Amino acid sequence: MASAKYETHEHDVIIIGAGGAGLRAAIEASNEKLSVGLVCKSLLGKAHTVMAEGGIAAAMGNVEPRDNWKVHFRDTMKGGRFLNQWRMAQLHAMEAPDRVKELEEWGALFDRTADGRILQRNFGGHKYPRLAHVGDRTGLEMIRTLQQHGVHLGIKVYMECTISRLLTDDDKIKGAFGYWRENGKFVVFKSKAVVLATGGIGRMFKINSNSWECTGDGQALAYLAGAELMDMEFMQFHPTGMVWPPSVRGTLITEGVRGEGGTLRNKDGKRIMFDYIPELYANETADTEAEADKWLAESTQAGGSKAKRTPDLLPRDIVARAIHAEVKAGRGSPHGGVFLDIATRRSAEDIKRKLPAMYHQFKELGDVDITTDPMEVGPTAHYTMGGIRVDSDTQESRIKGLFAAGECAAGMHGSNRLGGNSLSDLVVFGRLAGLHAAKYARDAAAPSIDDGEIEAAATEALAVFNREEGENPFLLHDELKDSMQKHVGIIRVEKELKAGLLELHALKARVGKIKVEDNRHFNTAWHQSLDMRNMLICAEAMCQAAIARKESRGGHARDDFPDQDKGHFSKVNIVSRMTKSGEMEISEVPLPEVPADIKKVLEEDSK
Amino acid sequence: MSDKKATLKIYRGDNDGGEFKTYEVETYPGMVVLDAIHDIQAKQEPGLAVRWNCKAGRCGSCGAEVNGKPKLMCMTRMSAYDDDPEPIMVTPMKAFPILKDLVTDVSQNFRMAQKIPAFAPRPREADGTHRMQQDDIERIQEFRKCIECFLCQNTCHVIRDHGKKEDFAGPRFLIAMAGLDMHPLDTLDRRELLKDEFGIGYCNITRCCTEVCPEHINITDNGIIPMKERVADDYFDPVRWLIRKVGGEEKKKKASLPVIQNETSTPVVKKKKTEKAAKADE
Ligand SMILES: Cc1cc2nc3c(=O)[nH]c(=O)nc-3n(C[C@H](O)[C@H](O)[C@H](O)COP(=O)(O)OP(=O)(O)OC[C@H]3O[C@@H](n4cnc5c(N)ncnc54)[C@H](O)[C@@H]3O)c2cc1C
Ligand code: SF4
Ligand code: SF4
Ligand code: FES
Repeated sequence: MASAKYETHEHDVIIIGAGGAGLRAAIEASNEKLSVGLVCKSLLGKAHTVMAEGGIAAAMGNVEPRDNWKVHFRDTMKGGRFLNQWRMAQLHAMEAPDRVKELEEWGALFDRTADGRILQRNFGGHKYPRLAHVGDRTGLEMIRTLQQHGVHLGIKVYMECTISRLLTDDDKIKGAFGYWRENGKFVVFKSKAVVLATGGIGRMFKINSNSWECTGDGQALAYLAGAELMDMEFMQFHPTGMVWPPSVRGTLITEGVRGEGGTLRNKDGKRIMFDYIPELYANETADTEAEADKWLAESTQAGGSKAKRTPDLLPRDIVARAIHAEVKAGRGSPHGGVFLDIATRRSAEDIKRKLPAMYHQFKELGDVDITTDPMEVGPTAHYTMGGIRVDSDTQESRIKGLFAAGECAAGMHGSNRLGGNSLSDLVVFGRLAGLHAAKYARDAAAPSIDDGEIEAAATEALAVFNREEGENPFLLHDELKDSMQKHVGIIRVEKELKAGLLELHALKARVGKIKVEDNRHFNTAWHQSLDMRNMLICAEAMCQAAIARKESRGGHARDDFPDQDKGHFSKVNIVSRMTKSGEMEISEVPLPEVPADIKKVLEEDSK
Repeated sequence: MSDKKATLKIYRGDNDGGEFKTYEVETYPGMVVLDAIHDIQAKQEPGLAVRWNCKAGRCGSCGAEVNGKPKLMCMTRMSAYDDDPEPIMVTPMKAFPILKDLVTDVSQNFRMAQKIPAFAPRPREADGTHRMQQDDIERIQEFRKCIECFLCQNTCHVIRDHGKKEDFAGPRFLIAMAGLDMHPLDTLDRRELLKDEFGIGYCNITRCCTEVCPEHINITDNGIIPMKERVADDYFDPVRWLIRKVGGEEKKKKASLPVIQNETSTPVVKKKKTEKAAKADE
């Protein structure tokens, strides 16, 4: 028996990933009185969610009473250029306020309004001030709150344990196989349901804002198990990453800086965003500096503002491309970005109080005092809209009993995510995934796992030790990052994408030749070599889908098809799956029909 | 600038023993110690073990001792040692068992975290909100900045030299308790726990923890000392505790102040506190 050979644990539900989505799913499944195991690659509380800065979007209407779920829903669909699964966007907008209140109930201390309620700030693409926040460390507050609430519920946590394979039987989940990072020993999880909450894939780009964990593991695990990936062409490049010094290139600067009044300028000191207002946003965006500043001053005050929004807070894809264009036109900053100026816009005290982490980050890592000098910023690979294709209501993939939530799942954000909509996504869909996984597990039979499958997973994981000589996994990772940055970056074109695809195939062959020395005891080179498989799957899916989508939309911009298609491509999502022979197959699936009452909500936007 | 070199001496080994190995790296502008470790890992020593996540001082994973000082490696610039002719020494945190190289076993901290009874809020206002003034929560928000790097735990002599790992919670968990105790919504009495289980009395206010905190949390003065005072004063004077809890930090709006015995938490909160606080209902 496999269980005799390898350490084996059995739970009703296994959650893979302990970021916001995984923790929330674990709490919900545990509330359903089931046995829950929570597995994560790092220590508890260190998941990528901890880095989230600006806030969590929820139409609570504390600052702007006109806000409600309909406006939030509309903003989300518009930001995603209507490629979102409307039902997910609806559920998200409706449930986010309850999820935020629940966090407060569990101890989260959001910043307050003058009358003592949860304060909300402006963010890109959100019509009204909507982001509940704690200075610029909202993710930390969220993860710590969920963690402290969760540790008392009897959830069994497996830290520093990496899952390398899902175990399935005829399109039905049975469990997962992985290894302890510390001693390298294998471990088998038997479970009736599995929730994937493994986060993003940013580590496959050279310039990125992500932690080492963001290697697309969940997406790849699901894909290998027979589930589908969707919208993989849509990668969000956050407009404001640090560009200097090289050590911190890509590290994020929160959009909250612009929410607090910061503005983007080129080397001539000109505010750039007024030149890049697209038609879709023209009727709600200020075209003069005076109006933009009036809106900034008034929008968070009682009564709101009648002025139109500042273009500095247009959705991220638009701002990122504007910066790219300014730099290309020779109007950039010394190190290839543009300037983000908060120093002349807010007092030093305000900056230190509202943006303390940014202040320290620049002071300690960038030698810049942001209360007196502008920051240099440029686009950085940040968030993946694409991921595992799931049912909008239950978060179940096409594998029975396999659910996905958070950044690794697709559908909610369409072609572009609005800032703040991820943290809310995590708690809304984390909860739903946990709930439906629990429901499924309650009725499912105990799985039985066969030795052959486990041995195959073990052999795959150990292959790199059994070679005489071979490639260095760290250097291969660098090559992958360079290749993706070059070929599948912020502006794409068919020829480059095809060249990129060829490089990916070549890299895949070389990953099959990696050699790792030493033993299995906390061996980072080994871990890196196993992550490469996952990143390559996601990279290929992104590249293929990017070739297939012959238009520009949200986080996918094609130089050879610069316009957004009003026809065919506005009605389909692109899906990747693995064929029986192990090849990647790309196809189009129609967007679900939007029901009449929801259409009406979308159309109410005309003022 | 990129042709400048730096030398590092890094601890390689585990709890049973090890040695310092010397490595040379090329430096570049802005380089931090964690960059140097990664460079060595990629080009010279693939097996070198290190923890990290965010590389932006936000996750608290990369704590180690650099030239004997507890630091986040991702926030420690190589250029800070430019004038020092000696190699930069990188050692794992000393208060914790070494798993491998720079990676230590910090599981004791997670066990301690579990001992803290969960937050137990008073009921919401009639309009479904919890009202709190920004001024009243700023102090607690300071404690909640903690990224759990455990550098303070590593530094505190009570843990480090006297091995009081089980009897003394350490600075990180004392401020976690302070954060709950001072939370305007929380209704639990945590003083006895602080005294008996968390051993707040062992702290002799050396302030070493505050000095190393990368989040600049004023652990000792804002967290531990007020808690010590409360434990000492309130301990023998339950009325005072009630006045403070009901009247002081809270806006005196609540008619009822139910203390919830959290069933699922570790049962260290004494039952009698429940009764005591229940009197406050009147
Ligand atoms: C710097 C920064 C700032 C941000 N700011 C905001 C913001 O202000 N507002 C907002 O809404 N969003 C923000 N985002 C985005 C948001 O933080 C992320 O999208 C979100 O946190 C993802 O959460 P998650 O739960 O899906 O996954 P993560 O938090 O990434 O967690 C993934 C988990 O999966 C585990 N895992 C991964 N692979 C495996 C495996 N193979 N085996 C076992 N475990 C595994 C990891 O250990 C980890 O626990 C920001 C992102 C960044 C980078
Ligand atoms: S002040 Fe107290 S907790 Fe902090 S290091 Fe000194 S003894 Fe330890
Ligand atoms: S209190 Fe400061 S030093 Fe201690 S764990 Fe938290 S952040 Fe680290
Ligand atoms: S890597 Fe996150 S604090 Fe250093």
